[in-house]
Amino acid sequence: MSEILRLDRVSRHFSGLQALREVTLAVNKGEVLGLIGPNGAGKTTLVNTVCGVTPASAGTITFAGQDITRIKTYQAARLGLSRTFQIVQPFAEFTALDNVAAAALFSQGHENVKTAREEARAHLSFVGLEAQAAQPAANLTLAMRKRLELAKALAMKPKLLFLDEVNAGLNSAEVERATKLIHELAASGITIVMIEHLMKVVLNVCSRIVVLHNGRLIADGTPREVINNPAVVEAYLGQQYAQRSAAR
Amino acid sequence: MSRANLALIVLIGLIATLPLFGGAYALRLGTMACMYAIFALSWNVVGGFAGYPSFATAAFFGFGAYASGVLLGAGLPLWLAVIVSGVAALIAAGALGAALLRLRGHYFAIASLSLVEVLRELVNNATDLTGGGMGLNIPLAAGSGIMADALFFFYAMWILMLATALTVMWVAGSKLGFGLACIRQNETAASMVGLNTTLYKSLAFALSACFVASAGGIYAAWVHYIDPSDVFDILYSVKPIVMTLIGGLGSPLGALCGALVYLGLEEVVWRNYIQIHTGVLGLLIVMLLLFLPHGLVSLRLARLFGKAKHV
Ligand SMILES: Nc1ncnc2c1ncn2[C@@H]1O[C@H](COP(=O)(O)OP(=O)(O)O)[C@@H](O)[C@H]1O
Ligand SMILES: [Mg+2]
Repeated sequence: MSEILRLDRVSRHFSGLQALREVTLAVNKGEVLGLIGPNGAGKTTLVNTVCGVTPASAGTITFAGQDITRIKTYQAARLGLSRTFQIVQPFAEFTALDNVAAAALFSQGHENVKTAREEARAHLSFVGLEAQAAQPAANLTLAMRKRLELAKALAMKPKLLFLDEVNAGLNSAEVERATKLIHELAASGITIVMIEHLMKVVLNVCSRIVVLHNGRLIADGTPREVINNPAVVEAYLGQQYAQRSAAR
Repeated sequence: MSRANLALIVLIGLIATLPLFGGAYALRLGTMACMYAIFALSWNVVGGFAGYPSFATAAFFGFGAYASGVLLGAGLPLWLAVIVSGVAALIAAGALGAALLRLRGHYFAIASLSLVEVLRELVNNATDLTGGGMGLNIPLAAGSGIMADALFFFYAMWILMLATALTVMWVAGSKLGFGLACIRQNETAASMVGLNTTLYKSLAFALSACFVASAGGIYAAWVHYIDPSDVFDILYSVKPIVMTLIGGLGSPLGALCGALVYLGLEEVVWRNYIQIHTGVLGLLIVMLLLFLPHGLVSLRLARLFGKAKHV
Protein backbone atom coordinates (compact mmCIF):
# COMPACT_ATOMS: atom_id res chain seq x y z
CA MET A 1 0.00 0.00 0.00
CA SER A 2 1.32 3.43 -0.81
CA GLU A 3 1.68 6.18 1.73
CA ILE A 4 -0.26 9.43 1.32
CA LEU A 5 0.67 11.21 4.56
CA ARG A 6 3.67 10.81 6.81
CA LEU A 7 4.42 12.49 10.11
CA ASP A 8 8.00 12.10 11.22
CA ARG A 9 8.64 12.84 14.90
CA VAL A 10 6.21 15.75 14.89
CA SER A 11 5.95 17.80 18.06
CA ARG A 12 3.85 20.80 18.88
CA HIS A 13 3.75 22.76 22.09
CA PHE A 14 1.63 25.67 23.25
CA SER A 15 3.96 27.67 25.49
CA GLY A 16 4.56 25.15 28.30
CA LEU A 17 2.04 22.56 27.20
CA GLN A 18 3.30 19.68 25.06
CA ALA A 19 0.29 18.82 22.88
CA LEU A 20 2.13 16.48 20.47
CA ARG A 21 5.29 14.57 21.37
CA GLU A 22 7.38 13.12 18.55
CA VAL A 23 4.44 11.59 16.76
CA THR A 24 5.49 9.30 13.90
CA LEU A 25 2.64 8.07 11.80
CA ALA A 26 1.95 6.96 8.23
CA VAL A 27 -1.45 7.03 6.58
CA ASN A 28 -1.94 4.74 3.60
CA LYS A 29 -3.85 5.64 0.49
CA GLY A 30 -7.46 4.47 0.62
CA GLU A 31 -7.61 3.40 4.26
CA VAL A 32 -9.95 4.57 6.99
CA LEU A 33 -7.78 5.26 9.99
CA GLY A 34 -9.31 5.71 13.42
CA LEU A 35 -7.60 8.22 15.70
CA ILE A 36 -8.74 7.78 19.28
CA GLY A 37 -7.67 8.90 22.71
CA PRO A 38 -8.97 10.74 25.77
CA ASN A 39 -10.00 14.39 25.70
CA GLY A 40 -6.98 16.65 25.53
CA ALA A 41 -4.79 13.90 24.07
CA GLY A 42 -3.86 16.10 21.10
CA LYS A 43 -6.08 14.65 18.37
CA THR A 44 -7.44 17.96 17.13
CA THR A 45 -3.98 19.48 17.44
CA LEU A 46 -2.66 16.75 15.15
CA VAL A 47 -5.20 17.71 12.49
CA ASN A 48 -4.44 21.41 12.96
CA THR A 49 -0.74 20.75 12.63
CA VAL A 50 -1.11 18.81 9.39
CA CYS A 51 -3.43 21.49 7.96
CA GLY A 52 -1.06 24.33 8.82
CA VAL A 53 -3.32 25.97 11.43
CA THR A 54 -0.84 25.38 14.26
CA PRO A 55 2.42 24.48 12.48
CA ALA A 56 4.68 21.83 13.98
CA SER A 57 7.31 23.00 16.48
CA ALA A 58 9.56 20.13 15.35
CA GLY A 59 9.52 17.22 12.92
CA THR A 60 8.44 16.95 9.31
CA ILE A 61 5.15 16.25 7.58
CA THR A 62 5.01 14.85 4.05
CA PHE A 63 1.85 14.73 1.96
CA ALA A 64 1.77 12.93 -1.38
CA GLY A 65 5.56 13.12 -1.56
CA GLN A 66 5.70 16.84 -0.79
CA ASP A 67 7.07 18.42 2.39
CA ILE A 68 4.16 20.38 3.88
CA THR A 69 5.56 21.07 7.35
CA ARG A 70 5.56 24.85 6.86
CA ILE A 71 2.61 25.09 4.53
CA LYS A 72 -0.14 27.73 4.88
CA THR A 73 -3.66 26.58 5.64
CA TYR A 74 -5.11 27.67 2.33
CA GLN A 75 -2.33 25.93 0.42
CA ALA A 76 -2.97 22.69 2.31
CA ALA A 77 -6.62 22.98 1.33
CA ARG A 78 -5.73 23.36 -2.33
CA LEU A 79 -3.45 20.31 -2.20
CA GLY A 80 -6.39 18.13 -1.26
CA LEU A 81 -6.25 18.13 2.54
CA SER A 82 -9.60 18.83 4.02
CA ARG A 83 -11.17 18.53 7.41
CA THR A 84 -14.36 18.98 9.35
CA PHE A 85 -14.24 21.00 12.55
CA GLN A 86 -15.01 19.38 15.89
CA ILE A 87 -16.79 22.61 16.76
CA VAL A 88 -18.66 23.38 13.55
CA GLN A 89 -17.47 26.50 11.76
CA PRO A 90 -20.08 27.51 9.21
CA PHE A 91 -20.28 30.87 7.47
CA ALA A 92 -23.31 31.66 9.60
CA GLU A 93 -25.01 34.30 7.43
CA PHE A 94 -24.51 32.37 4.20
CA THR A 95 -27.06 29.86 3.01
CA ALA A 96 -26.13 26.19 3.20
CA LEU A 97 -25.56 26.30 -0.55
CA ASP A 98 -23.17 29.25 -0.37
CA ASN A 99 -21.24 27.59 2.44
CA VAL A 100 -20.49 24.67 0.17
CA ALA A 101 -20.01 26.95 -2.84
CA ALA A 102 -17.30 28.82 -0.92
CA ALA A 103 -15.42 25.56 -0.44
CA ALA A 104 -15.70 24.68 -4.12
CA LEU A 105 -14.87 28.23 -5.23
CA PHE A 106 -11.65 28.73 -3.31
CA SER A 107 -10.19 25.24 -3.29
CA GLN A 108 -10.92 24.37 -6.91
CA GLY A 109 -9.97 27.63 -8.61
CA HIS A 110 -13.42 28.32 -10.03
CA GLU A 111 -13.60 31.74 -11.63
CA ASN A 112 -17.08 32.70 -10.49
CA VAL A 113 -19.58 32.02 -7.75
CA LYS A 114 -22.22 30.72 -10.16
CA THR A 115 -20.34 27.63 -11.34
CA ALA A 116 -19.26 26.93 -7.77
CA ARG A 117 -22.92 26.97 -6.67
CA GLU A 118 -23.85 24.47 -9.36
CA GLU A 119 -21.18 22.12 -8.13
CA ALA A 120 -22.15 22.73 -4.51
CA ARG A 121 -25.67 21.48 -5.10
CA ALA A 122 -24.47 17.94 -5.80
CA HIS A 123 -22.51 17.80 -2.54
CA LEU A 124 -25.46 19.15 -0.56
CA SER A 125 -27.73 16.46 -1.88
CA PHE A 126 -25.11 13.81 -1.17
CA VAL A 127 -25.32 14.68 2.53
CA GLY A 128 -29.10 15.07 2.35
CA LEU A 129 -29.36 18.82 2.74
CA GLU A 130 -30.85 19.78 -0.63
CA ALA A 131 -34.08 20.87 1.07
CA GLN A 132 -32.10 23.26 3.28
CA ALA A 133 -30.01 24.73 0.44
CA ALA A 134 -31.52 28.20 0.74
CA GLN A 135 -31.52 28.37 4.55
CA PRO A 136 -28.92 30.40 6.44
CA ALA A 137 -26.44 28.04 8.09
CA ALA A 138 -27.21 29.63 11.44
CA ASN A 139 -30.74 28.20 11.29
CA LEU A 140 -29.70 24.57 10.79
CA THR A 141 -29.81 21.97 13.58
CA LEU A 142 -26.51 20.66 14.96
CA ALA A 143 -26.84 17.40 13.01
CA MET A 144 -27.44 19.37 9.82
CA ARG A 145 -24.50 21.65 10.50
CA LYS A 146 -22.28 18.63 10.94
CA ARG A 147 -23.44 17.31 7.59
CA LEU A 148 -22.87 20.77 6.12
CA GLU A 149 -19.28 20.59 7.35
CA LEU A 150 -18.99 17.28 5.55
CA ALA A 151 -20.43 18.71 2.32
CA LYS A 152 -17.95 21.60 2.52
CA ALA A 153 -15.08 19.21 3.01
CA LEU A 154 -16.22 17.11 0.06
CA ALA A 155 -16.60 20.13 -2.20
CA MET A 156 -12.85 20.53 -1.82
CA LYS A 157 -12.32 17.21 -3.63
CA PRO A 158 -10.12 15.91 -0.83
CA LYS A 159 -7.44 13.30 -1.24
CA LEU A 160 -7.25 13.04 2.52
CA LEU A 161 -10.18 13.87 4.75
CA PHE A 162 -10.01 14.41 8.50
CA LEU A 163 -13.28 13.91 10.34
CA ASP A 164 -13.05 15.47 13.79
CA GLU A 165 -15.78 14.00 15.99
CA VAL A 166 -18.51 14.28 13.37
CA ASN A 167 -20.81 12.22 15.59
CA ALA A 168 -20.39 14.13 18.84
CA GLY A 169 -23.72 15.49 20.00
CA LEU A 170 -25.81 13.47 17.56
CA ASN A 171 -28.56 11.02 18.50
CA SER A 172 -28.32 7.39 17.46
CA ALA A 173 -30.40 7.75 14.29
CA GLU A 174 -28.23 10.67 13.22
CA VAL A 175 -25.08 8.73 14.03
CA GLU A 176 -26.30 5.86 11.89
CA ARG A 177 -26.94 8.19 9.01
CA ALA A 178 -23.50 9.82 9.34
CA THR A 179 -21.82 6.42 9.55
CA LYS A 180 -23.49 5.37 6.32
CA LEU A 181 -22.16 8.50 4.62
CA ILE A 182 -18.65 7.74 5.84
CA HIS A 183 -18.90 4.21 4.47
CA GLU A 184 -19.90 5.63 1.10
CA LEU A 185 -17.00 8.09 1.13
CA ALA A 186 -14.53 5.35 1.99
CA ALA A 187 -15.94 3.22 -0.83
CA SER A 188 -15.40 6.10 -3.24
CA GLY A 189 -11.67 5.90 -2.49
CA ILE A 190 -11.06 8.94 -0.28
CA THR A 191 -8.48 8.33 2.43
CA ILE A 192 -10.07 9.13 5.79
CA VAL A 193 -8.64 9.84 9.22
CA MET A 194 -11.45 9.73 11.70
CA ILE A 195 -11.39 11.09 15.22
CA GLU A 196 -14.20 9.43 17.12
CA HIS A 197 -15.22 8.58 20.68
CA LEU A 198 -17.95 6.07 19.82
CA MET A 199 -16.04 2.77 19.72
CA LYS A 200 -18.99 1.14 17.96
CA VAL A 201 -18.52 3.49 15.01
CA VAL A 202 -14.74 3.20 15.06
CA LEU A 203 -14.85 -0.58 14.98
CA ASN A 204 -17.52 -0.47 12.30
CA VAL A 205 -15.68 1.71 9.77
CA CYS A 206 -11.95 1.74 10.53
CA SER A 207 -9.46 -0.69 9.07
CA ARG A 208 -6.72 0.49 11.40
CA ILE A 209 -6.59 2.42 14.67
CA VAL A 210 -3.98 4.63 16.31
CA VAL A 211 -4.20 5.83 19.89
CA LEU A 212 -2.96 9.16 21.19
CA HIS A 213 -2.41 9.78 24.88
CA ASN A 214 -0.85 12.93 26.35
CA GLY A 215 0.41 13.86 22.91
CA ARG A 216 2.18 10.53 22.42
CA LEU A 217 1.22 7.75 20.05
CA ILE A 218 0.79 4.70 22.27
CA ALA A 219 -0.67 2.15 19.87
CA ASP A 220 -1.02 1.51 16.16
CA GLY A 221 -2.64 -1.59 14.69
CA THR A 222 -5.74 -3.45 13.59
CA PRO A 223 -8.90 -2.80 15.62
CA ARG A 224 -8.55 -6.18 17.31
CA GLU A 225 -4.93 -5.57 18.35
CA VAL A 226 -5.68 -2.12 19.65
CA ILE A 227 -8.70 -2.92 21.79
CA ASN A 228 -6.79 -5.74 23.45
CA ASN A 229 -3.70 -3.61 24.05
CA PRO A 230 -3.29 -3.20 27.85
CA ALA A 231 -1.82 0.28 27.54
CA VAL A 232 -4.84 1.41 25.54
CA VAL A 233 -7.29 -0.15 27.96
CA GLU A 234 -5.47 1.57 30.79
CA ALA A 235 -5.30 5.00 29.14
CA TYR A 236 -8.59 5.18 27.33
CA LEU A 237 -10.91 2.25 26.90
CA GLY A 238 -11.10 1.42 30.59
CA GLN A 239 -12.03 4.99 31.33
CA GLN A 240 -14.71 4.94 28.64
CA TYR A 241 -16.06 1.68 30.04
CA ALA A 242 -16.13 3.13 33.55
CA GLN A 243 -18.01 6.19 32.29
CA ARG A 244 -20.57 4.05 30.53
CA SER A 245 -21.22 1.86 33.54
CA ALA A 246 -21.47 4.93 35.76
CA ALA A 247 -24.11 6.34 33.44
CA ARG A 248 -26.22 3.19 33.72
CA MET B 1 -28.47 44.03 -11.80
CA SER B 2 -29.97 43.84 -8.34
CA ARG B 3 -32.55 46.39 -7.28
CA ALA B 4 -30.25 47.98 -4.72
CA ASN B 5 -27.54 48.48 -7.34
CA LEU B 6 -30.04 49.97 -9.75
CA ALA B 7 -31.20 52.37 -7.05
CA LEU B 8 -27.56 53.28 -6.41
CA ILE B 9 -26.96 54.13 -10.07
CA VAL B 10 -30.21 56.12 -10.33
CA LEU B 11 -29.29 58.10 -7.23
CA ILE B 12 -25.86 58.86 -8.64
CA GLY B 13 -27.53 59.94 -11.89
CA LEU B 14 -29.81 62.28 -9.96
CA ILE B 15 -26.87 63.87 -8.18
CA ALA B 16 -25.39 64.71 -11.59
CA THR B 17 -28.37 66.99 -12.32
CA LEU B 18 -27.59 69.21 -9.33
CA PRO B 19 -26.10 72.08 -11.41
CA LEU B 20 -29.51 72.53 -13.05
CA PHE B 21 -31.01 73.55 -9.73
CA GLY B 22 -28.40 75.24 -7.60
CA GLY B 23 -25.71 77.87 -7.55
CA ALA B 24 -22.18 77.91 -6.21
CA TYR B 25 -23.24 76.99 -2.68
CA ALA B 26 -25.19 73.95 -3.87
CA LEU B 27 -22.24 72.90 -5.99
CA ARG B 28 -19.90 73.17 -3.02
CA LEU B 29 -22.26 70.95 -1.01
CA GLY B 30 -22.60 68.59 -3.98
CA THR B 31 -18.83 68.27 -4.27
CA MET B 32 -18.62 67.49 -0.56
CA ALA B 33 -21.44 64.96 -0.95
CA CYS B 34 -19.58 63.16 -3.72
CA MET B 35 -16.40 63.18 -1.64
CA TYR B 36 -18.18 61.78 1.43
CA ALA B 37 -19.81 59.15 -0.76
CA ILE B 38 -16.37 58.10 -2.02
CA PHE B 39 -15.20 57.79 1.59
CA ALA B 40 -18.19 55.73 2.69
CA LEU B 41 -18.26 53.48 -0.38
CA SER B 42 -14.53 52.84 0.00
CA TRP B 43 -14.61 52.21 3.74
CA ASN B 44 -17.46 49.78 3.20
CA VAL B 45 -15.13 47.47 1.26
CA VAL B 46 -12.79 46.84 4.17
CA GLY B 47 -15.14 47.65 7.05
CA GLY B 48 -18.42 46.34 5.66
CA PHE B 49 -17.45 43.49 3.32
CA ALA B 50 -14.40 42.16 5.17
CA GLY B 51 -15.42 43.26 8.67
CA TYR B 52 -12.16 45.04 9.52
CA PRO B 53 -12.86 48.41 11.22
CA SER B 54 -10.32 50.64 9.48
CA PHE B 55 -9.52 54.15 10.70
CA ALA B 56 -7.10 54.73 7.84
CA THR B 57 -9.37 56.82 5.60
CA ALA B 58 -7.75 60.08 6.71
CA ALA B 59 -4.31 58.59 5.98
CA PHE B 60 -5.32 57.74 2.41
CA PHE B 61 -6.99 61.09 1.94
CA GLY B 62 -4.02 63.07 3.20
CA PHE B 63 -1.63 60.93 1.24
CA GLY B 64 -3.58 61.57 -1.96
CA ALA B 65 -3.90 65.28 -1.28
CA TYR B 66 -0.17 65.69 -0.71
CA ALA B 67 0.91 63.37 -3.51
CA SER B 68 -1.29 65.24 -5.97
CA GLY B 69 -0.32 68.61 -4.50
CA VAL B 70 3.37 67.89 -5.05
CA LEU B 71 2.75 66.48 -8.53
CA LEU B 72 0.62 69.47 -9.52
CA GLY B 73 3.38 71.73 -8.25
CA ALA B 74 5.76 69.85 -10.53
CA GLY B 75 3.52 70.72 -13.45
CA LEU B 76 1.55 67.51 -13.98
CA PRO B 77 -2.01 67.91 -15.27
CA LEU B 78 -4.71 67.32 -12.65
CA TRP B 79 -6.12 64.11 -14.13
CA LEU B 80 -2.69 62.51 -14.24
CA ALA B 81 -1.80 63.61 -10.70
CA VAL B 82 -5.08 62.19 -9.42
CA ILE B 83 -4.59 58.85 -11.17
CA VAL B 84 -0.97 58.55 -10.06
CA SER B 85 -2.00 59.27 -6.44
CA GLY B 86 -4.73 56.65 -6.60
CA VAL B 87 -2.46 53.99 -8.04
CA ALA B 88 0.30 54.79 -5.55
CA ALA B 89 -2.18 54.47 -2.68
CA LEU B 90 -3.47 51.21 -4.12
CA ILE B 91 0.00 49.69 -4.16
CA ALA B 92 1.13 51.11 -0.81
CA ALA B 93 -2.07 50.10 0.99
CA GLY B 94 -1.95 46.64 -0.53
CA ALA B 95 1.58 46.12 0.77
CA LEU B 96 0.79 47.62 4.18
CA GLY B 97 -2.44 45.68 4.42
CA ALA B 98 -0.60 42.37 4.34
CA ALA B 99 1.09 43.40 7.59
CA LEU B 100 -1.64 45.43 9.33
CA LEU B 101 -4.46 43.00 8.65
CA ARG B 102 -2.77 40.29 10.69
CA LEU B 103 -4.23 42.21 13.61
CA ARG B 104 -7.89 41.80 14.35
CA GLY B 105 -10.64 43.87 15.96
CA HIS B 106 -9.52 46.71 18.20
CA TYR B 107 -5.86 46.05 17.50
CA PHE B 108 -6.37 46.55 13.81
CA ALA B 109 -8.47 49.67 14.43
CA ILE B 110 -5.71 51.24 16.51
CA ALA B 111 -2.95 50.25 14.06
CA SER B 112 -4.89 51.79 11.17
CA LEU B 113 -5.44 54.91 13.26
CA SER B 114 -1.73 55.26 13.93
CA LEU B 115 -1.15 55.16 10.17
CA VAL B 116 -2.78 58.61 10.07
CA GLU B 117 -0.44 59.91 12.76
CA VAL B 118 2.65 58.45 11.11
CA LEU B 119 1.85 60.00 7.74
CA ARG B 120 1.04 63.35 9.30
CA GLU B 121 4.38 63.40 11.08
CA LEU B 122 6.18 62.41 7.89
CA VAL B 123 4.52 65.24 5.99
CA ASN B 124 5.20 67.66 8.84
CA ASN B 125 8.89 66.84 8.73
CA ALA B 126 9.47 66.59 4.99
CA THR B 127 9.47 70.37 4.83
CA ASP B 128 11.32 70.63 1.51
CA LEU B 129 8.72 68.60 -0.33
CA THR B 130 5.52 69.42 1.51
CA GLY B 131 6.09 72.76 3.20
CA GLY B 132 5.67 71.01 6.55
CA GLY B 133 3.33 72.69 9.02
CA MET B 134 3.23 75.77 6.80
CA GLY B 135 1.07 73.88 4.35
CA LEU B 136 1.28 73.56 0.61
CA ASN B 137 -0.04 75.97 -1.98
CA ILE B 138 -1.41 74.32 -5.07
CA PRO B 139 -1.29 76.08 -8.43
CA LEU B 140 -4.73 76.97 -9.79
CA ALA B 141 -6.21 74.57 -12.28
CA ALA B 142 -8.05 75.89 -15.35
CA GLY B 143 -9.63 78.70 -13.32
CA SER B 144 -11.93 80.72 -15.60
CA GLY B 145 -14.32 82.09 -13.01
CA ILE B 146 -15.94 80.96 -9.78
CA MET B 147 -18.93 79.20 -11.34
CA ALA B 148 -16.87 77.37 -13.96
CA ASP B 149 -14.47 76.21 -11.26
CA ALA B 150 -17.26 75.01 -9.00
CA LEU B 151 -18.80 73.12 -11.90
CA PHE B 152 -15.49 71.58 -12.89
CA PHE B 153 -14.66 70.27 -9.43
CA PHE B 154 -18.20 69.06 -8.84
CA TYR B 155 -18.08 66.91 -11.95
CA ALA B 156 -14.54 65.76 -11.26
CA MET B 157 -15.62 64.49 -7.85
CA TRP B 158 -18.83 63.07 -9.31
CA ILE B 159 -16.96 61.04 -11.92
CA LEU B 160 -14.68 59.68 -9.23
CA MET B 161 -17.72 58.76 -7.14
CA LEU B 162 -19.23 56.96 -10.12
CA ALA B 163 -15.99 55.04 -10.65
CA THR B 164 -15.93 54.13 -6.95
CA ALA B 165 -19.55 52.96 -6.99
CA LEU B 166 -19.04 50.86 -10.14
CA THR B 167 -15.93 49.26 -8.67
CA VAL B 168 -17.58 48.53 -5.34
CA MET B 169 -20.64 47.06 -7.05
CA TRP B 170 -18.40 44.87 -9.13
CA VAL B 171 -16.48 43.74 -6.04
CA ALA B 172 -19.71 42.93 -4.20
CA GLY B 173 -20.80 40.55 -6.94
CA SER B 174 -17.41 39.02 -7.62
CA LYS B 175 -15.36 36.15 -6.24
CA LEU B 176 -13.43 38.77 -4.26
CA GLY B 177 -16.61 40.04 -2.58
CA PHE B 178 -17.72 36.50 -1.82
CA GLY B 179 -14.36 35.77 -0.24
CA LEU B 180 -14.45 38.95 1.85
CA ALA B 181 -17.88 37.93 3.14
CA CYS B 182 -16.38 34.55 4.13
CA ILE B 183 -13.55 36.32 5.97
CA ARG B 184 -16.00 38.55 7.82
CA GLN B 185 -18.02 35.56 9.00
CA ASN B 186 -15.26 33.14 9.92
CA GLU B 187 -11.67 33.75 8.95
CA THR B 188 -10.34 30.37 10.14
CA ALA B 189 -12.96 28.49 8.17
CA ALA B 190 -12.24 30.72 5.18
CA SER B 191 -8.57 29.78 5.06
CA MET B 192 -9.52 26.15 5.65
CA VAL B 193 -11.50 26.05 2.39
CA GLY B 194 -8.52 27.31 0.41
CA LEU B 195 -9.04 31.06 0.56
CA ASN B 196 -5.83 33.10 0.66
CA THR B 197 -7.07 35.44 3.37
CA THR B 198 -3.96 37.63 3.45
CA LEU B 199 -4.26 38.35 -0.27
CA TYR B 200 -7.98 39.07 -0.09
CA LYS B 201 -7.68 41.36 2.90
CA SER B 202 -4.84 43.25 1.23
CA LEU B 203 -6.92 43.71 -1.90
CA ALA B 204 -9.80 45.04 0.19
CA PHE B 205 -7.52 47.48 1.99
CA ALA B 206 -5.98 48.59 -1.32
CA LEU B 207 -9.40 49.17 -2.87
CA SER B 208 -10.52 51.12 0.17
CA ALA B 209 -7.47 53.38 -0.30
CA CYS B 210 -7.18 54.21 -3.98
CA PHE B 211 -10.37 56.20 -4.58
CA VAL B 212 -10.02 58.05 -1.29
CA ALA B 213 -6.48 59.08 -2.28
CA SER B 214 -7.71 60.26 -5.67
CA ALA B 215 -10.44 62.24 -3.93
CA GLY B 216 -7.70 63.81 -1.83
CA GLY B 217 -6.02 64.91 -5.07
CA ILE B 218 -9.15 66.55 -6.42
CA TYR B 219 -9.77 68.15 -3.02
CA ALA B 220 -6.27 69.63 -2.93
CA ALA B 221 -6.70 71.20 -6.36
CA TRP B 222 -10.17 72.41 -5.39
CA VAL B 223 -9.14 74.24 -2.20
CA HIS B 224 -5.72 75.40 -3.54
CA TYR B 225 -4.10 75.05 -0.13
CA ILE B 226 -3.63 72.09 2.19
CA ASP B 227 -1.90 71.62 5.51
CA PRO B 228 -1.30 68.46 7.55
CA SER B 229 -3.87 69.14 10.25
CA ASP B 230 -6.55 69.73 7.60
CA VAL B 231 -6.12 66.67 5.37
CA PHE B 232 -4.92 64.23 8.05
CA ASP B 233 -7.90 65.10 10.25
CA ILE B 234 -9.05 62.02 12.20
CA LEU B 235 -12.63 63.09 11.50
CA TYR B 236 -12.11 61.94 7.90
CA SER B 237 -11.58 58.47 9.35
CA VAL B 238 -14.56 58.57 11.67
CA LYS B 239 -17.14 60.09 9.35
CA PRO B 240 -17.26 57.29 6.75
CA ILE B 241 -17.80 54.77 9.55
CA VAL B 242 -20.71 56.77 10.89
CA MET B 243 -22.12 57.25 7.38
CA THR B 244 -21.94 53.54 6.65
CA LEU B 245 -23.57 52.67 9.96
CA ILE B 246 -26.35 55.18 9.27
CA GLY B 247 -26.91 53.77 5.81
CA GLY B 248 -26.43 50.08 6.54
CA LEU B 249 -23.20 48.14 6.96
CA GLY B 250 -22.11 46.16 3.91
CA SER B 251 -24.50 47.80 1.46
CA PRO B 252 -23.11 50.16 -1.22
CA LEU B 253 -26.53 51.81 -1.56
CA GLY B 254 -26.56 52.26 2.22
CA ALA B 255 -23.11 53.81 2.14
CA LEU B 256 -24.20 56.40 -0.41
CA CYS B 257 -27.48 57.20 1.40
CA GLY B 258 -25.59 57.40 4.68
CA ALA B 259 -23.13 59.87 3.19
CA LEU B 260 -25.94 62.10 1.90
CA VAL B 261 -27.89 61.98 5.14
CA TYR B 262 -24.78 62.64 7.17
CA LEU B 263 -23.82 65.65 5.07
CA GLY B 264 -27.38 66.96 5.33
CA LEU B 265 -27.35 66.63 9.11
CA GLU B 266 -23.92 68.21 9.37
CA GLU B 267 -25.01 71.19 7.29
CA VAL B 268 -28.38 71.78 8.95
CA VAL B 269 -27.02 71.37 12.44
CA TRP B 270 -24.02 73.57 11.70
CA ARG B 271 -26.24 76.39 10.45
CA ASN B 272 -28.72 76.26 13.31
CA TYR B 273 -26.52 75.43 16.29
CA ILE B 274 -23.21 76.95 15.35
CA GLN B 275 -22.00 77.06 18.97
CA ILE B 276 -22.83 73.52 19.90
CA HIS B 277 -23.08 71.82 16.51
CA THR B 278 -20.74 68.90 17.23
CA GLY B 279 -22.74 68.05 20.36
CA VAL B 280 -26.07 68.15 18.57
CA LEU B 281 -24.69 66.21 15.63
CA GLY B 282 -23.33 63.55 17.96
CA LEU B 283 -26.67 63.28 19.73
CA LEU B 284 -28.54 62.90 16.43
CA ILE B 285 -26.16 60.18 15.29
CA VAL B 286 -26.56 58.25 18.52
CA MET B 287 -30.36 58.48 18.17
CA LEU B 288 -30.23 57.30 14.57
CA LEU B 289 -28.08 54.32 15.44
CA LEU B 290 -30.21 53.43 18.45
CA PHE B 291 -33.47 53.45 16.53
CA LEU B 292 -32.15 52.18 13.21
CA PRO B 293 -29.41 49.73 14.16
CA HIS B 294 -29.28 48.19 10.69
CA GLY B 295 -29.25 51.47 8.85
CA LEU B 296 -31.48 53.20 6.36
CA VAL B 297 -31.48 50.26 3.94
CA SER B 298 -33.25 48.17 6.57
CA LEU B 299 -36.25 50.53 6.43
CA ARG B 300 -37.43 49.25 3.07
CA LEU B 301 -36.92 45.61 4.06
CA ALA B 302 -38.74 46.13 7.35
CA ARG B 303 -41.71 47.58 5.50
CA LEU B 304 -41.75 44.66 3.05
CA PHE B 305 -41.73 42.11 5.85
CA GLY B 306 -44.32 44.12 7.75
CA LYS B 307 -46.67 44.00 4.77
CA ALA B 308 -46.11 40.32 4.15
CA LYS B 309 -47.15 39.58 7.71
CA HIS B 310 -50.49 41.38 7.38
CA VAL B 311 -51.51 39.83 4.05
N1 LIG C 1 -4.52 26.79 20.07
C1 LIG C 1 -4.20 26.28 21.28
N2 LIG C 1 -3.59 27.06 22.21
C2 LIG C 1 -3.28 26.56 23.42
N3 LIG C 1 -3.49 25.30 23.80
C3 LIG C 1 -4.08 24.47 22.93
C4 LIG C 1 -4.47 24.91 21.62
N4 LIG C 1 -5.05 23.88 20.95
C5 LIG C 1 -5.01 22.84 21.82
N5 LIG C 1 -4.44 23.18 22.99
C6 LIG C 1 -4.22 22.29 24.13
O1 LIG C 1 -3.60 21.13 23.64
C7 LIG C 1 -4.10 19.99 24.29
C8 LIG C 1 -4.65 19.02 23.27
O2 LIG C 1 -5.86 19.54 22.78
P1 LIG C 1 -6.68 18.88 21.60
O3 LIG C 1 -5.77 18.59 20.47
O4 LIG C 1 -7.84 19.75 21.31
O5 LIG C 1 -7.19 17.53 22.26
P2 LIG C 1 -8.25 16.47 21.73
O6 LIG C 1 -8.74 16.92 20.40
O7 LIG C 1 -7.51 15.18 21.67
O8 LIG C 1 -9.33 16.44 22.75
C9 LIG C 1 -5.16 20.47 25.27
O9 LIG C 1 -4.57 20.54 26.55
C10 LIG C 1 -5.51 21.83 24.77
O10 LIG C 1 -5.90 22.68 25.81
MG1 LIG D 1 -10.58 17.45 19.75
